[in-house]
Amino acid sequence: MQNKRSGSITLVPYYVWIALFVIAPIVLVGYYSLLDLEGNFTLENYKNFLTPVYLKMTLSSFWYAFLITTVCLVVSYPAAFIISRLKNKQLWLMLIIIPSWINLLLKTYAFIGILGQSGPINAFLASIGFEKQQMLFTSASFVFVSVYIFIPFMILPIFNSIDKLSPALLDASRDLGASRLYTLRRVMIPLTMDGIKAGIQAVFIPALSLFMITRLIAGNHVITLGTAIEQQFLVTQNWGMGSTIAVFLIIFMFIIMAFTGEKKKKGASRRGKN
Amino acid sequence: MAKINTSSKIYLTLVFIVLYAPIFFLIFYSFNSGDSMTNFQSFTLDHYKDVFADSRLVVILLNTVVVALLSALIATIIGTMGAIGIQTMRNRKLRNTVLSLNNILIVSPDVIIGASFLILFTMVGIKLGFTSVLLSHIAFSIPIVVIMVLPKMQEMSNTLIDAALDLGASKKEVLTRVILPYIQPGIFAGFFMALTYSLDDFAVTFFVTGNGFSTLSVEIYSMARAGVSLTVNALSGIVFAVTMLLVLGYYFVTTRKMKGVRK
Repeated sequence: MQNKRSGSITLVPYYVWIALFVIAPIVLVGYYSLLDLEGNFTLENYKNFLTPVYLKMTLSSFWYAFLITTVCLVVSYPAAFIISRLKNKQLWLMLIIIPSWINLLLKTYAFIGILGQSGPINAFLASIGFEKQQMLFTSASFVFVSVYIFIPFMILPIFNSIDKLSPALLDASRDLGASRLYTLRRVMIPLTMDGIKAGIQAVFIPALSLFMITRLIAGNHVITLGTAIEQQFLVTQNWGMGSTIAVFLIIFMFIIMAFTGEKKKKGASRRGKN
Repeated sequence: MAKINTSSKIYLTLVFIVLYAPIFFLIFYSFNSGDSMTNFQSFTLDHYKDVFADSRLVVILLNTVVVALLSALIATIIGTMGAIGIQTMRNRKLRNTVLSLNNILIVSPDVIIGASFLILFTMVGIKLGFTSVLLSHIAFSIPIVVIMVLPKMQEMSNTLIDAALDLGASKKEVLTRVILPYIQPGIFAGFFMALTYSLDDFAVTFFVTGNGFSTLSVEIYSMARAGVSLTVNALSGIVFAVTMLLVLGYYFVTTRKMKGVRK
């Protein structure tokens, strides 16, 4: 392209955006994490984060994110596989994606009615002779609703990678005497690893930072990193501590991305060695 | 393995039931003349009337739509220009850096975007309200537009532009008569994605909105925290209908476009 100059002119507003809304916010979060409530420089926030209270919260947030991601993966993988073998697979995929376009708040709100004391699930339990259960405001309901919200985001990347996989490879594996389980473990899962990783990335990071579902569905039973940040920023107004938690969340995010990112070169060489 | 057996069908059906049941549950009870999401009494449209009779809710609905349309439009313009610019970059290293910076907001959790924008707006001195919400929505939509437009730019052969220039087209003509028509499907997809991101956003808006300004998501959140109200169900009915129309519209326009390109 010869029009180098016009190319750089179109980039001006885009660069302004990068500077103002990508770089500046990260720098500001880092800066605020070093401030105490009076605005003096301090490392107090970091010290606080490394106390058992915050470490425990971080651990529990990771535990919930892990649970949510695992359940999502276990539910989504077979579903994605079945869809990839259907006749109108693009249409079915579309039907999986549509719920993800419905406003998140509304879907969460639906569960307040469904899981409530007089909701349909309790009515069903009562009709078959069970006592009413307190389902809302428990950690189990939190995991369930989160899984519900994230399933489309897990199915989509897995579907894409399964769809690329040639069925002939699976047939070959079976013909050569591999059991179904062995084929799944040694052929299918390794070859669709990119999709699995993309799905994990799409679910795990948001699951760490959920705060709206925790408030509405889990009451105060579950505190994620996201809930803690929201609490510090909007309730206790301690932006310094909130920023510190945000800094750690950003670090975790990069670590997760490093683990789940596509490592094409490395993957190829590893495959070569095997 | 290629055949779908019955248990697979049952499994997939179950997944679909779980995915759609809550949505239809909500909409079903929006027609309930009772006042809770239990025993359906009789059919009524009262809750829908309530939504439109409540001027505050109507204002919030309008706010949401205006913010979504405006932010998607502005983000599409800036994002498309950005994508065109990125494609013309010669320096590989710089290009990769820009692309990584582009993706930061896409992978960042909403809470972090919200909190950091809140700090930014407070520092710069922008009053929290319409402006801050609009700016945030533009900001988090731009990278999505770039991601949707860039593949189209990469797909376009440079010879097209060279040919246009050889035939005497000015740079402006190359842009408006060659590049833009070619990448139009990408621009359209980007605009649509930006629109849905804006309509769906709760967390970022929740952080950067002031007292006087609210969007639908934020309003539903405060209503839901106060308990069940069938007005919210009616709102969900409306949102569901609008979403379906958007999806169908998008689907028809893009499939027609794709066919056009193939011909």
